Amino acid sequence: MTPVSIELESRPTGLAPGTAAADLAATDLAGLRRLVDSAGDVAVERALAGGRGGPRPLADFAALLSPAAAGRLEEMARRAHETTVRRFGRTIHLFAPLYLSNECVSTCDYCGFSAGNQIARRTLSPDEVLAEALELRSRGLRHLLLVAGEHARIVSKDYLVECVQVLAPHVPSIAVEVQVWDTETYRRLVGAGCDGLVVYQETYDRGTYARVHRKGKKRNYDWRLGAPDRGAAAGMRRLGIGALLGLHHDWRLEALGLAAHAQALVRRWWRCEVSLSLPRLRPAAGGFEPADPVGDADFVQLLCALRLLLPDVGISLSTRESPALRDALVRLGVTQMSAGSHTEPGGYAEPSEADPQFEISDTRSPAEVAGVLRAAGYDPVWKDWERT
Amino acid sequence: MQDPLIIAGRHFQSRLFLGTGKFPSTAALASAIESSGTEMVTVALRRVDLSAEEDILDAIDPERVLLLTNTSGAVDAGEAIRLARLARAAGLPEWIKLEVTPDPRYLLPDPVETLRAAEVLCGEGFTVLPYVNADPVLCKRLQEVGCATVMPLGSWIGSNQGLRTKAALEIIVEQSLVPVVVDAGIGAPSQAAEAMELGADAVLVNTAIGTAGDPAAMALAFRLAVEAGRAGLRAGLAGVGREAAASSPLTGFLA
Repeated sequence: MTPVSIELESRPTGLAPGTAAADLAATDLAGLRRLVDSAGDVAVERALAGGRGGPRPLADFAALLSPAAAGRLEEMARRAHETTVRRFGRTIHLFAPLYLSNECVSTCDYCGFSAGNQIARRTLSPDEVLAEALELRSRGLRHLLLVAGEHARIVSKDYLVECVQVLAPHVPSIAVEVQVWDTETYRRLVGAGCDGLVVYQETYDRGTYARVHRKGKKRNYDWRLGAPDRGAAAGMRRLGIGALLGLHHDWRLEALGLAAHAQALVRRWWRCEVSLSLPRLRPAAGGFEPADPVGDADFVQLLCALRLLLPDVGISLSTRESPALRDALVRLGVTQMSAGSHTEPGGYAEPSEADPQFEISDTRSPAEVAGVLRAAGYDPVWKDWERT
Repeated sequence: MQDPLIIAGRHFQSRLFLGTGKFPSTAALASAIESSGTEMVTVALRRVDLSAEEDILDAIDPERVLLLTNTSGAVDAGEAIRLARLARAAGLPEWIKLEVTPDPRYLLPDPVETLRAAEVLCGEGFTVLPYVNADPVLCKRLQEVGCATVMPLGSWIGSNQGLRTKAALEIIVEQSLVPVVVDAGIGAPSQAAEAMELGADAVLVNTAIGTAGDPAAMALAFRLAVEAGRAGLRAGLAGVGREAAASSPLTGFLA
């Protein structure tokens, strides 16, 4: 077996200055969390009245996460809807995840691909990846998100670059959601035709992060947090971040971390389009159960608050959520949705024996989802990028 | 309560900067500088005559006030760069207000020449404060090449029309990673306060003070206005209210 290079094993901790990661580390999340608890009607009113149309301060966001704000949910929703329509129109961008491999050497409690789980593992060859992409293309999809577990030897830099190269002539927009890499590797991916980088911090709470990431390079919190900055420096045009709701018991603290991170990325990387995602934990192999699942009403409040804080940031919704909830959320700030998803490698062109990352809740095809969007008065957007 | 402005590592207690043109006399200028409390003034290098007995620089106490040489009169990057190098050679501070204004009527800054000159001068170690139109993307580009601030105009030099570029200024304030100094067109203390309230880090005022009946008194008025505007911002200005109205049930599905 080829030994994994030492450079990948020992990543620096600490955060580079002038990055969104460093900005986030300097943010007093605990203080903001206390504001959530102390926020009354006056603070909520002030937060809703808002500023001059640009992003609002995190203190206002904290007020909008409060129980006091929960009593004004319909009003928050209306403002979030108006803000989204003004900025994005009545459009939803559709994309599909394309799982390249479910091999993984990291042990993460919440993920079906975790190294300890006895699941059927599979890695697609670049030809198989292309076949999957062409199948998705035939279903209308032009924007793909390449996903893989963390295995530096099997899902190597070279393999990823080759996959992007193979797809680039056929797929107008390619993003990757894989293990975090250094700036040079991101540059290679950009050069091959990749325009988006998605890295979920999973949880912004360092204690919880250490607890659920038991083994593997993913344990390095700082290195992961700095990945969107490295991707932006390398030329990625789109940055996607996210937190797995339910990992940490306090969803409001998680929300503050995610919001502050998004705001910092917008501020540091002005040429990039930033989007965020709030997947709620689903049943997966390994049987992880969230201690405090986030309820629907809280989820909606969070979504609206994020939209009001960050009028220009995309909000992505996966097929983890039920059809009914997804349809309702279309009008509440979501701007991107996956559709017809398979989270096992090779699930599109023909049924695959590999095991999925998590159970899908919305199994509707892209065509069905597009139909629902149109019926709701929204335009499904399949293509919004051209590689030059 | 300390609220210093930090530009290129240097602390300023005053957020009012002064231009020195159009004053009726050096004495009037000195008096206005005193009552304004300013810690930085700009002087056009073309006005400076180090060989003369009396010179505009006499009004400026270098112990208390930083001299910001400006390149006004330059019509292209080359001229601005040479002026900056002349200032350095003459022993003046290496802080440069970059002003490239090929149009003598409106004195509007040339964005292309300004960016070119900024890149060269920042590379040569100058502390560059560029005067530009209120163009948010240009301001980001200038910040990227290393400028210490950006200085977007409120309205044309000498027009006293206030913040006609307010919408763009708001974007610049929101996006900038360096201090934002609103420069040009501020004609009244209320306009200076307005600039501070929208989040500008400082203002630069020249015509309104230099051409006032009593420049020193006007300088004091501006000083108070800048302090008031800044204090109001820090105290947490209330947002503009909007009507609340319940209409279609966006969240009824949760019931």
